[in-house]
Amino acid sequence: MTGKRRTESTPWYLVVPGVVAIAFLGLPLLGLLLIAPWGDLLPELTSEEALQALRLSLITSLSATGLALVVGVPLAVLMSRTRWFAGPWVRALVTLPLVLPPVVGGVALLAAFGRNGIAGGPLYELAGVQLPFTTLAVVIAEAFVAMPFLVITVDGALRSADRRLEQAAATLGASRWTVFRRVTLPLIAPSIAAGAVLAWARALGEFGATLTFAGSFPGVTRTLPLAIYAALDVQRSQAIALSLVLVIVSAVILVSLRGQFLAGMRR
Amino acid sequence: MRCTKALALALVAPLLALAACSGSSGADESTLTVSAAASLTESFTELATQFEADHPGTTVRLNFGGSSSLAEQVVSGAPVDVFASASRTTMDTVVEAGAAADDAPTFTTNSMTIAVPSANRANLTSIADLAKPGVRVAECAPEVPCGAAARKTLQNAGVTVTPVTLDPDVKTVLGRVAAGEVDAGLVYVTDIRTANVAAIPIPADVAATNEYAITVVKASPQQDLARQFVDFVAGPTGQQVLATYGFGTP
Repeated sequence: MTGKRRTESTPWYLVVPGVVAIAFLGLPLLGLLLIAPWGDLLPELTSEEALQALRLSLITSLSATGLALVVGVPLAVLMSRTRWFAGPWVRALVTLPLVLPPVVGGVALLAAFGRNGIAGGPLYELAGVQLPFTTLAVVIAEAFVAMPFLVITVDGALRSADRRLEQAAATLGASRWTVFRRVTLPLIAPSIAAGAVLAWARALGEFGATLTFAGSFPGVTRTLPLAIYAALDVQRSQAIALSLVLVIVSAVILVSLRGQFLAGMRR
Repeated sequence: MRCTKALALALVAPLLALAACSGSSGADESTLTVSAAASLTESFTELATQFEADHPGTTVRLNFGGSSSLAEQVVSGAPVDVFASASRTTMDTVVEAGAAADDAPTFTTNSMTIAVPSANRANLTSIADLAKPGVRVAECAPEVPCGAAARKTLQNAGVTVTPVTLDPDVKTVLGRVAAGEVDAGLVYVTDIRTANVAAIPIPADVAATNEYAITVVKASPQQDLARQFVDFVAGPTGQQVLATYGFGTP
């Protein structure tokens, strides 16, 4: 599969729609770069509201990634190693937040953890705890949409990992825990890192589920995307400056991953 | 091979249909395009039907949305004949840009009220109750008309409220009340009729009132027909229909 062979076997007439596709994906980004208030970028990004949103987004997206790591990696291990967790239902459930409109995710989260939700209801009645409209609700919304990226990436890596290494370790007398810690985890560490970074990027960009489930209040629940939406009509240049931050961060993440996450998505 | 062709056709056909649709619209002379604030959805839909019945051969195309984005479209030359805004300030931007054919009179009003979930478990009875500790209030963001009106209303009442959320539009506020996730939300009087919520009235001298303004768009090629629609809305029939949806007289 050298570059040369690929060129020879590709019909030339695919170039036109291919270029159209690139223009289609690239033009909106180019437009954003062109209308960006480059001269006022620093003052726009260091304004009180902007800093508040940046700080909140950083805290919540990192927390959501942490949450996804703590429960997502074990789930991925179970999915790749046990029959029940590998079933189509678990797989569909894990993939669903990827394809679901985020607003629907927000409505679903309300139905579960809202004041009248199946879990949130008793929580409110018995303990007086209300999740919606809190920073924790933002973390939950972000983890809900971001975790699938991590689970699928790690699950894919585990499935393509060489099982014989684990078997060899077990034959040599290592306990299950030792095998997992000393063989399996190092094998999939790069995928865990890639999945975590991808999940973080998704959490950073979360909008629909956050607005629906957590609301939008400066400093409490108004993350970067919500601040962009709030500023769009009245403070357009601030909205565009904040958008640029998200575009640049996401682009850096994707380029640095070099398509690693696709290994998991391909399954 | 045949399969591929069928697939290609299936992919391209909707695009062609879309192109055909957008190509044919706007050509008919007896089509009147009206851009109106989202809060006028129900009332203007009814009024348009009546107007069409009174003017055989005329089709009224309604385009609802946030007043500020509709105003922006009108100013930047969108093919619109009549524009109705939910706020005077927004209409002023259109008049100042020279895009209005007249001085855009006020044709109706809408005022603020408090929406609560039908169960009203927080036992709210007046606007002062919104300041009680633990009461969760949803408001529109101050940048949008309903948020500005909410802020003004609370100011008039001398009540200091810290809302839990500042939402992008009034429908989102209403949704949170209907779902019981907040104890109260500041919305328009006309919103109460369309949602499954109860209202706690605000005294008339306290509730902020929005003036709805309507104008014929200067660039419209059918000034006469557009003028007739504006007069119809401002006239007795229009006022009667608007009143049934909770709007006030100018």
